Amino acid sequence: MSEDNQGDLWEVFIQPKPGRPHKHAGSLHAYDKEMAMKSARDLYTRRQEGVGIWIVKAEEIISSQPDDSESFFDPANDKIYRHPTFYKLPEGAKHI
Amino acid sequence: MEDAKKLEEFQAKIDADIKIEPKDWMPEKYRQNLVRQISQHAHSEIIGMQPEGNWLTRAPSLRSKKILMAKIQDEAGHGLYLYCAAETLGVSREQFLKWLHEGAAKYSSVFNYPTLTWADIGAIGWLVDGAAIVNQVSLQGTSYGPYSRAMVKICKEESFHQRQGYEIIADLSKGTEEQKQMAQDALNRWWWPSIMMFGPHDGDSAHSNQSLKWKIKRESNDELRQRYVDKTIHQGEILGLTFPDENLKLNEQTGHYDISPIDWDEFWNVVKGNGPGNRIRLAHHIKAHDDGAWVREAAIAYRNKMNAKSKIA
Ligand SMILES: [Fe+2]
Ligand SMILES: [Fe+2]
Repeated sequence: MSEDNQGDLWEVFIQPKPGRPHKHAGSLHAYDKEMAMKSARDLYTRRQEGVGIWIVKAEEIISSQPDDSESFFDPANDKIYRHPTFYKLPEGAKHI
Repeated sequence: MEDAKKLEEFQAKIDADIKIEPKDWMPEKYRQNLVRQISQHAHSEIIGMQPEGNWLTRAPSLRSKKILMAKIQDEAGHGLYLYCAAETLGVSREQFLKWLHEGAAKYSSVFNYPTLTWADIGAIGWLVDGAAIVNQVSLQGTSYGPYSRAMVKICKEESFHQRQGYEIIADLSKGTEEQKQMAQDALNRWWWPSIMMFGPHDGDSAHSNQSLKWKIKRESNDELRQRYVDKTIHQGEILGLTFPDENLKLNEQTGHYDISPIDWDEFWNVVKGNGPGNRIRLAHHIKAHDDGAWVREAAIAYRNKMNAKSKIA
C-alpha cells in the first residue's frame, strides 16, 4: 500500500437541537482542524441537521474491544438492584 | 478448527440481525466482498457527478442550476460517506483510488452513457436515481454496520434527487412538441441502462448467493429490478410517455410487469470498458486527481509546519 496522502481521519458528532446530546454522524478526511470543521459543515449539515459540531481525530478515540467486551461488561450482570423494577412496593403506594 | 467455530458464531449473529462492526471478527471473504461492493458504490457516486456536471453551465434557469448543483454536491457527499465506510475494512482511500484508476475497481456502467440534452438530466434523476434508491433502501438493512449507517443517511437525501429529475421530465412533456420529443428521446435512451443497473440475473451473478447468506445484500438483483419497473411505469404513463419495450405488459397473474429479455451483450460490453463514455470518465477522474496533487502536498506541508509550531509553543 502506498503512503496515504489523503489526510487524517476525523469523527464528526452533531448536536441536532439545543439541549440535545451530540450524536455520531460519520467520518471525514482532513489535513487540519480548520479544514475538518469546514468539511464537517458541508458534509453533515447541508439540511439544517445540527446547531453544533464536535470533531475528534479518530486515532485519539479510546474504544472498548469487542473481543473482551463480555468480561468487560459482566460486572453489571448481577447488580439488578440498580434498576427500579428490583424493588417491592407496598400495595397502593403512588408517585414513587 | 478455531475458524469453523468463529464462522458459526458469525453466521448466528447475521441470522439474528446483529450488525457486524469494524473490529468484530469476520470471514476474510466477507471483508473482501464488502471492500469490493462498498468501494464500487463509492466510485459510482463520484463518477456519476460527471454526466450531470456536463449540464451545470447550461441549465435553463437559475432555479434549475441551483438545484442541479445541490444534487451533485449530495452525490459527492454520498461518495465520501461510502469511502469512509469502506476504509473501516482496512483499505486506505489512496488504495481505493489507485484501484479505480488502474481499472481494477468498477463503478456503475450507467454513468458511461452521455448526457446529450437537458432532458437527460431529468432522465438521470428520475430513472438512474430512481433505480439507485430501490437498491439503497434495501441496503439499509445490510449486515455491516458502517455500510448500513451510510445507506440510511444517503436514502434521506435521495428522494429529492428523483423528484427534481421527474419534474424536469414532466415539464418537458407538457411543453412544445419539440420538448415532448426531447423527454421521450431521453426515456428511450436511459430506460434499458437503468434496468441493467441491477446487474445480472440471479442465476448468473457471481457473488449473489453468498452475499444474501451474509446479508450484505438483502434482496436479489431480479427482485429489486422488478420493484423498480413496477413503480416506474405508471410515472411515465401519466406524462403520456411510452417505454421503449414492445413486450412491456402487466402480467395479470403475477401482478408485475413483464419486460423483454435484457441485452446482456450490451451490458457486458459497457462493463468491460467499451461503453461510449468509459475512457472519458476515467481519464477525467485521473486528471482531476493528478491536478489536485499539489493541493494535497501543500496541505500536508502546512499541517506538518503547524504541528512543529505547536510543539515549540
Ligand atoms: Fe447518491
Ligand atoms: Fe442521487
